[in-house]
Amino acid sequence: MKYADEFRDKTIARGLARVIGAEADSQRKYRFMEFCGGHTHAISRYGLEDMLPANVRMIHGPGCPVCVLPASRIDMAIRLAEQPEVTLCVYGDLMRVPGSQGKSLLSAKAFGADIRMVYSTLDAIRIAEQAPNREVVFFAIGFETTTPPTAVMIRLAEKKWLKSFSVFCNHVLTPSAMHSILESPDIRNIGRVEIDGFVGPAHVSTIIGTEPYEVLAEQFGKPIVIAGFEPLDMMQAILMLVRQVNEGRHEVENQYSRAVTRKGNRRAQEEVSDIFELRDQFEWRGLGLVPHSGLKLKQAYAQFDAEMRFTMHEVRVADNPACECGAILRGVKRPVDCKLFGTVCTPEIPIGSCMVSSEGACAAHWTYGRFRDYRLRRA
Amino acid sequence: MRAYQRKLDIKNGRVDLSHGAGGRAMAQLISGLFHEAFGNEWLARGNDQAAFDVGAGRMVMTTDGYVISPLFFPGGNIGSLAVHGTINDVAMGGARPLYLSASFIIEEGFRFSDLKTIADSMGEAARAAGVYIITGDTKVVERGKADGLFISTTGVGVVADGLDLSAEKARVGDRVLVSGSLGDHGTAIMSRRQNLAFETEIVSDSAALHDLVALMVAAGGSSIRVMRDPTRGGLAAMLNEIAHQSGLGFHLQEEAIPVKPAVAAACELLGLDPLHVANEGKLVAIVAPDMADAVLAAMKAHPLGCDAADIGEAVADNHQFVQMSTSFGGGRIVDWLSGEQLPRIC
Repeated sequence: MKYADEFRDKTIARGLARVIGAEADSQRKYRFMEFCGGHTHAISRYGLEDMLPANVRMIHGPGCPVCVLPASRIDMAIRLAEQPEVTLCVYGDLMRVPGSQGKSLLSAKAFGADIRMVYSTLDAIRIAEQAPNREVVFFAIGFETTTPPTAVMIRLAEKKWLKSFSVFCNHVLTPSAMHSILESPDIRNIGRVEIDGFVGPAHVSTIIGTEPYEVLAEQFGKPIVIAGFEPLDMMQAILMLVRQVNEGRHEVENQYSRAVTRKGNRRAQEEVSDIFELRDQFEWRGLGLVPHSGLKLKQAYAQFDAEMRFTMHEVRVADNPACECGAILRGVKRPVDCKLFGTVCTPEIPIGSCMVSSEGACAAHWTYGRFRDYRLRRA
Repeated sequence: MRAYQRKLDIKNGRVDLSHGAGGRAMAQLISGLFHEAFGNEWLARGNDQAAFDVGAGRMVMTTDGYVISPLFFPGGNIGSLAVHGTINDVAMGGARPLYLSASFIIEEGFRFSDLKTIADSMGEAARAAGVYIITGDTKVVERGKADGLFISTTGVGVVADGLDLSAEKARVGDRVLVSGSLGDHGTAIMSRRQNLAFETEIVSDSAALHDLVALMVAAGGSSIRVMRDPTRGGLAAMLNEIAHQSGLGFHLQEEAIPVKPAVAAACELLGLDPLHVANEGKLVAIVAPDMADAVLAAMKAHPLGCDAADIGEAVADNHQFVQMSTSFGGGRIVDWLSGEQLPRIC
């Protein structure tokens, strides 16, 4: 397949693996967190771990918007969809995410809620146009990448005078989550975990650019390399991180230069800032309340804000106490360290956030990598 | 005196509730449309059942329901699929398929013209395969109670004495052979889904595989341990199923697995894994290593097996993992699909 195979070339991969192996100092460990679920998925899907030296370890970060959505927001969506006049439009990967009562949108649908799977924001607009008597709500979710399409959708709804269309906004921001991870006591004070650097977001960075990470690299003294989602992108980024660590640098470098600039996509940024504003705080599954990490619609667009329109209330619920997702997302623990992993928590019946979507750390390890656990035990 | 009965208006008419009510209208639908399309001596006798002779060997029986959406897709329709799918399930036992039954659940308002197209392609598919549709049933339900048309077919066939294909017969070292490129059917269906439509030249691989199977059996006999057609859940689900049933693991080579570039590209766009996507004209055979090349050569000699490939082997593994060496150079598991990739693919 053109434009994809070039970035999955085995020979180049072997070459990069050799260089990483040669340059990584055998006397020390390198622990890099890939922030994005897309990276986590690529690592597992292509078996990247097999190509890295033993002292270079990848920690899977919280960068999967489905995974970090707290159960309380799913509960809100289910309560909303259960109202007889509401048609809720959602992306398919949200359907199975468990809420607090073990209920999901999929089960709510089976009980009669009008929930439609859509593939783009335009599908939701079309549904709203076709059913003017229904309250059509779009379940908006995602990082900076998916926020601009939601902004465009709201503009379109305004232009088309859609009176019974609204958005349940769950958009979140990457840099604030990275900040929160670096600020957490595990990493700052106790020194239990070392993160030596970050593989920075790919698609998110096409929108926000590399600039927003500069303050993080500076403040916490950690190298950040923005990388694409293809496996060779990852290998090259890891090599760049190894070099920064070896040379004692902590800069923001851009491996994904074919798509990302320092300033990002200005037009998209403007659209977003016209329509959205920061929430004081937003809950992330696994990370808890993170200040200034979520977006909501501005007052001027209140008519499109489902939370206002239906006076929705968020009731925070505690995660399963045995679930180690929080620690896994911060790199303190690995999926196999969790008692629930692969026993009561599997992709079919996920308990914690990391098992929810295929991009989550636990789901990726379960689906693609769990054979390594046994190989390790045997050795 | 015989009462005058208006002819079925195939061009503009539609199925109404009377066509399922057991009266003249139903009799007319059956004789005018289904008998016409399937035409054979058993149906012509008009009994509630069909009696037939069976030759030597053991009988094989299978049944399958078809609820695909959309009903018409590149490379076929629900009718040809309902014939091919059931023939293939019979054939995977190493058997020669002989007879089919067909049961139709039709939604009120369904166009006669569409029903005729579908029935005709069932008849055509059956004739091409040398199989007869010898009994059937027609029901009509109110508008909104079924999505157009559901078809259910049952197939019987005969397998030669001494041939007993079954998953538990797989042994360590057996080769995994696949008859051609994976993911065509599922991708073709997706390209026509209302909210997903994209342009592609991909057509469904829907086809009857029993001739291919006969060639393979002639070449390999009982060194073919088991055959399956990787429909819903794709190759991944099928191999995990066999791993489970045989207590073995499998090791695949990603580079050896045939996938058409257009299918790979569509899956890339949609975030799907071709190994999870449904096929309707492909089979996978687990074959003893010493006969694998002979069976593979037999497959390649048939048009439906010209892209056949040896993609891996059965290995000893208490965890029954299906593992794969990726073309990138690493290793990974090929797991069951979790949840639902796409509803109503067949």
